[in-house]
Parts: sequence; C-alpha cells; structure tokens
Amino acid sequence: MQNKQTEEQVLEILKQFKPEKSEILKALHALQNAHPLHYITEEAITQTARYFKLTTGQVYGVVTYYSMFSVKPRSPFIIRLCKSPVCYMKGSLNLWNYLSQKLLLNENNISSDDLFTLEPSECLGHCEQAPAMMINEQVFTNLSPKKIDQIIDDFKRKYHEK
Amino acid sequence: MKNDFPYISLKNVDKADLTKIENYLHFGGFSAIKQSLGLSADEIIDRIKKAGLRGRGGAGFPTGLKQSFTKTSCEVCLQKYVVCNADEGEPGTFKDRYIMEKNPFAIIEGMIIAAYAIGANKGYIYIRGEYEQAIRTMQAAIDDCYRYDWLGKNIAQSNFSFDIDIYIGAGSYLCGEELTLIESLEGKRGYPRIKPPFPAEKGLWQQPTLINNVETFSHIPFIINEGYEAYACIGTAESKGTKLFCVSGNLKQTGVFELPMGITLRELIYDVCGGMLEGFEFKAALLGGAAGTFVDASFLDVPLAYETLKQKGATLGSGAVMIIDQATNLKDLLINILEFFKHESCGKCVPCRIGTTLIYERCKKAQLLPDDINWLIQQTEYMSRNSLCPLGQSPILPVKSFFTYFNV
Repeated sequence: MQNKQTEEQVLEILKQFKPEKSEILKALHALQNAHPLHYITEEAITQTARYFKLTTGQVYGVVTYYSMFSVKPRSPFIIRLCKSPVCYMKGSLNLWNYLSQKLLLNENNISSDDLFTLEPSECLGHCEQAPAMMINEQVFTNLSPKKIDQIIDDFKRKYHEK
Repeated sequence: MKNDFPYISLKNVDKADLTKIENYLHFGGFSAIKQSLGLSADEIIDRIKKAGLRGRGGAGFPTGLKQSFTKTSCEVCLQKYVVCNADEGEPGTFKDRYIMEKNPFAIIEGMIIAAYAIGANKGYIYIRGEYEQAIRTMQAAIDDCYRYDWLGKNIAQSNFSFDIDIYIGAGSYLCGEELTLIESLEGKRGYPRIKPPFPAEKGLWQQPTLINNVETFSHIPFIINEGYEAYACIGTAESKGTKLFCVSGNLKQTGVFELPMGITLRELIYDVCGGMLEGFEFKAALLGGAAGTFVDASFLDVPLAYETLKQKGATLGSGAVMIIDQATNLKDLLINILEFFKHESCGKCVPCRIGTTLIYERCKKAQLLPDDINWLIQQTEYMSRNSLCPLGQSPILPVKSFFTYFNV
C-alpha cells in the first residue's frame, strides 16, 4: 500500500466540499481518513488553506486544536481507548498497559508492526458498557484482555488478507 | 416510583425501528409540524414557555425564553440559525447518542418547529466526531426528510422553508459549550467567546442563533401534540417533563432511562436498575458528569431535579449518574477528573490554563492535608470567577463536593 497522498488526491477530496468555512472540519476529517497513515500532511494543510482562502497558519491552528486530528504519521488503525471516569473505574488503565505490551509500542505509541496507534481518549459515550474503545470508526465495549486479543487479531488478519 | 408517565424523547422506540421514516410517520410523526404551521410563532413559544421545558444540556435554562430572545433580538437580521448541540462530551453522558440512534426524526421535527417559531431557515446539527453511528443515522434521517419534503423548500405546502446540515466535531470537550461550538462551526479553533452577547443576539456568523441540546429538541413535538398541560404535569415544581438518565457503574442494569424529573437516586439504583452487582456496595455517585458533583448516601432520597439538587449544593447537569462502589479509590477518581480538565482546557484564560494543571498536580500528593484541601478549593473558586467558559468554572463543583462528603 502506498503511504502517501498526492496533490491530485488531496484536491480531489477538497473538491467534494463547498469552499465555505463551515466545511473545513469535514474536509480535514476526509483528508485524514483517506490517508493510509491517518494524519494530515503539511502539503494537505497548505492546499486546504488555499482552497478555503485562509492562511496556512489558520488551518494548522485548527488541525492542532482538535484531538482527533494528527499532524504526525500514525498507522492504518487508530485505537482510541477511553480513560474517562467510568471506564477508569472499570479498569481501563490495566487495558492500556495490556495493549501497550501486546502491541510493543514505540515512543510515538505506534505498534512494532506499524499497524496500530494507541491513543487515550476522553469519554466515548459508551459508559453503560464500559470499558470502551474505538478502532477507526468502530466501537468496542465491555472490554477485557481476552476480548482485546480477539479484536486485534481480527484486524491483523483482515489487513493481511487485503 | 411513578409509573404513569408518557415517554417523550424515547416515545415508541420500543415498538418499532424509528430510524425508518415510514415507521415514524406510522406513529404520527411530523403531525406536530403540521399543527405548528397553523399557529403563530408567538403561540408556539408561549406553549413551550407554559410547558416549563428547560434546556437538557446541563444548564437548565428555560427553552421558551431562549426562543423568544432569539426571535426578537434582531428584527432586521437577514438570517437566523437553529443549532442542535450534539457534541455530547460530558464524561458519563450518552443520552444524546441514544436519541440520535433511536429517534432521529423527533430531533429534526423539534428543530423544524423551533426554526419556524424564531424565523430561521438554516439549521446545523453539531455531532461529535466519535459518534460515527449517530452521524450516519442522522444523515440518513435528514436525507429521508428531504425526500419526503419535510425539509427544504415549502415544508408541508407552507411558505416555510428550512435546511439542515450536519457538522462533525473532532474531539474537543469545550465545543459542547454553546459559543465555543459556534466558533468551531465557523471553522475555527474552539475558543470560547466573551458573553454577552449571547447566541440569541450574535451567534453563528454574528446572527441570532438558537442553540439547544438534542434532548431539548426531542421534547418539542410532544408539547405541541399533547399540549403543554400534559407536559407540565410531569416532573417537579420547577423541573417539568421527563429526563434521560445515563446510569453507569457496577449495577445489575446500566443504560439510558427516561423517567420523570424528581425520581430519587434510590429508586433509580434499586427499582430501575435492579440494585448493585453482587459484591459491590454503593459508596458515592457523581451527578452531572466531570463538571458535576459528588454526593454520598445522604442523597439517596433527594429528588433528582434542578431545584432540589441545587438546594443541596449538587447539580443534575446533563443527567449523568455515575455510581461509585466501595472498590473504587475515590481520590484516584478525583485525580482522573482533574486530569480531564487539564487536558481539555483550551488555554485562552490564564487562570484555567494554569489552574487546571496546578490543582491536578497538588491533588496527586500522597496525602492531602487540610491546608492542601483549602488551597484546592480556593484555587477552583478563583478559576471559576476568572474564566470565560464553563470549563474553568467547573472544577470547583467536583472538588468542593468531594471534600464536603469524603475524607481522604
């Protein structure tokens, strides 16, 4: 898989949105989701700024404000593990440690096989089935180490089948 | 416990899949719009006022009053907006997600009626980016409404036109605050604005904007259909209607429950949720989320309503009810909450930016002495006086209530 986004690809994505300021966040989501490494590149920020008639600094300011966006390369799968009070009470800290060891994370919280990035998340709104996490757009609840093993293995298998 | 109350936000969701427009129509959906279009704007607002509906996002501001402010704030403005706040980020809260996933058309119907009442032609639903399922459901519901002419030009053959767009957040707790949400809607960093002017005067693009929570909008069709008397007879003296309670913790049953305002914590835990799980005992509850208050067993029989909790220094907030058991270390939980505020502070107001870090650090001390506790309360008081938005104003709620009811 190619780990880059070309200028044409970025423009193609931007064109799906009206050049109105209330479309910026949607466009940034689309750019990030389309990038194989789930981040927003410097070039994409420059192009977005040009498209919305803003300065690069303004767009960079927006990207870095919101925690779902990243300006650093990540990986095909982003794990957002909820650490807010209810998940915390139900042992999310142990799950964090479990995942860290299982995935052999580097200093940027990226797994040794470059497939997963582990990030802490504020409340994901699934407290009735805590602890919870998201992998990309999918939600997983009532987590246990055993359940996490299954989920991660599933993702790996599907990725390699592709 | 009173069992004879009608469901409002979750009306008929147990009977059919209400994400399908045919089913919503089958149960009389959109009849409130037809009725509203035959009324004057003032008549609608008057009914909402008389129903006593208060904002369900946490602040509990009277909805009818907000509507009339937005309607009358600017006679010459070309455009007014209706914004639905679905940026549900308060820890322990998941009711808006539930309504969006189960009863999306009721929210849209409420927005259309509110828009007609204040004279707006454009609406936004601001949904947090993590709610993928809710975003898909709401988008499909909006598309269906356009297909069936419940959105767009000349709704139900009237002169009224209204459009709704979805806006997707990107992981910022602060954007749940109304003016910050508006900044974010304008494609900017989510920094709070100085109040006043309030959104009713100068909101989105400096135009009058009515901004309400998901649950609030979902109550409007009921009030129009069944009449304000039917609504106002549910609940307590100052908190009318039903409320969605988000119950979590080590209980036999957890989830979103629609119940009349004024139900007690004891009824909620033991009657509705079937009590604590085997091996767990009730120790405390955190009401209203992180920006909420800790309470102890002395609150078990206090009615859960705006005024009754306020009298005792607690808050209902968004309706989050986090039940804490004896196995949880309370101080660790407080640290968890303070870390949350530290992480989510945007940095615009210095007292909040520095204060959230300082109180977090101090609370991590192995043993908190009386001096530390006094200092923590003083700092949070100072922050609450000198911060622009509810984030800096909130840490005082959990901190003060924590040290009132619990020793560490």
